[in-house]
Amino acid sequence: MSSDAHCPGDVVVIGIGNPFRRDDGVGVAVAARLSAQRLPGVRFAVSDGEAAGLIELWEGARLAVVIDALCTEPSTPGRIHRRSVGDARDTDFGEAVELARILGRLPRRLVLFAVEAKDMGFGPGLTPAVAAAAGRVAAEIANQVAIAA
Amino acid sequence: MTFRSNRALKVPTPARVEGAGAISVRVDRGTVTDVKLEIYEPPRSFEAFLSGRAHTDPPDITASICGICPVAYQISACSAVEDACGVGVGEPTIDLRRLLSCGEWIASHALHIYLMHAPDFLGYDGVIGFARDHPDLVERGLSLKKVGNALVELISGPTMQPTKVHIGGFARAPSGTQLRALAGGSLRRALDDAVATAEWVAGFDFPTFVHGHELLALVHPGQYPIEAGVPHTSSGLAFPAAAFPEHLPEDPTTANVLLTGDRTYITGPAARYALNADRLSPLATEMAATAALPSTYRNPYRSIAIRAVEMVYAVEEALRLIEAYEPQVPSSIEVPPRAGTGTGVAEAPRGTLFQQYTLTPDGTIASARILPPTAQNQAGIEDDVHRLVQDRLDLEDRALAHECERAIRNYDPCISCAPHVLALKVVRS
Repeated sequence: MSSDAHCPGDVVVIGIGNPFRRDDGVGVAVAARLSAQRLPGVRFAVSDGEAAGLIELWEGARLAVVIDALCTEPSTPGRIHRRSVGDARDTDFGEAVELARILGRLPRRLVLFAVEAKDMGFGPGLTPAVAAAAGRVAAEIANQVAIAA
Repeated sequence: MTFRSNRALKVPTPARVEGAGAISVRVDRGTVTDVKLEIYEPPRSFEAFLSGRAHTDPPDITASICGICPVAYQISACSAVEDACGVGVGEPTIDLRRLLSCGEWIASHALHIYLMHAPDFLGYDGVIGFARDHPDLVERGLSLKKVGNALVELISGPTMQPTKVHIGGFARAPSGTQLRALAGGSLRRALDDAVATAEWVAGFDFPTFVHGHELLALVHPGQYPIEAGVPHTSSGLAFPAAAFPEHLPEDPTTANVLLTGDRTYITGPAARYALNADRLSPLATEMAATAALPSTYRNPYRSIAIRAVEMVYAVEEALRLIEAYEPQVPSSIEVPPRAGTGTGVAEAPRGTLFQQYTLTPDGTIASARILPPTAQNQAGIEDDVHRLVQDRLDLEDRALAHECERAIRNYDPCISCAPHVLALKVVRS
């Protein structure tokens, strides 16, 4: 878990996952792609999804965008789910959100993108449908971030 | 490994399929005859992936094996490759690696103590209930973890950028001013928090349980072992790290790692403490006395108290190393490749980590062998669970699963299901 800058930054984009577990790396891939665009006022980070680390990363942010891979059954690899945890009232991002809520450390707005995965086996690289979805998610986040800025 | 199972994503489609995370128990006529933990995946695929790559690659690649102890992987990988190439790094590099490891120990121990283990002793199902009733305590844990992470980032750099941990040293030495600012501020305050943690944990009510496993840890002259040392066991065996494949063979049928002679052993804080207590700092020793550790380290439930003592030590050691720190120029030395086999070790927060690489003359990795602490603890954990289940067969499955999870958490395994999600399968006949 880490961020690529120490400035507080109003907006943080956090990619969750392990780039050595194929599609599990989709969140990291999206964060890396956006990071290369050097969007002003935006911090980028990767995380293993551990709750305390996530809270540390998004605390104080006006907008936090989290990207993660998702296993479902049956699955449509590359299908994108978007969930918003607005104003700390929605409750669907597991332990990290719940813990942050109790401690008053939720960002003002939290948006989650989850991409349905096909292959979470060992090795680098995304499967084609998930790689394509990564591009679409990155474009949508770039838009959101531009609006937020 | 990620903390996959720690997160429950609710989406309109069916719930996510979780990864490994099951305990299988077989009971024949009231006797537990078999216990299998499917909690951990050995890094065989990483070993295969490393073959054919350059000798400079292991620190970066092995850091992805465990999300909570990447530093221990990086440092033991560096030591192994340097050993293979016949290069010894200087004391400043060794000290900086030790300082970096202290950061990881602080962060990892704080996470395990506060978010995972303490709720077990206080009657909570997990950290959420605990945080609701005691937000101040959870804040203290998060603040300790943050200091540890800050130390790691100052030295190895943020993960969105290439790590500064290299074979031969560091890509760039951290700034002394930044390290001293940390030492004078949040790291100094972390010492008080770590002491308060040790005092708090010492007062927990620990279940009575004594295991008979051997203990294995590194021993390092004059220092509590962190970034280097020689493997020792509680029965007096010592062997060069390079000989770990012979001394710690894998059982071909169960894949469990045992000491030669089929002896179960465990590694981790309890083993480190048992074999190195006299090398702790005076303050950490005092904390160990507060927790009455000397006579109880064979009770795995007490491991939380040893982690707290080690956290005090890691903060003190970090302060000491920062005080003496001078940035080195150059910050790393050349490590020209050559044919050979090299071994590296480190004490990860959860136990001894071994890595061994064989290189061809141009530095290509011909073979890699990685033995993480959880692979070594698996047999000991299964044995603890076996005994525990035998004594609690009257419990219904859910309560029994909770007791098993608790027994597993004692060892802080580097697995995705360390929290509260194990499936229990009991076959009773």
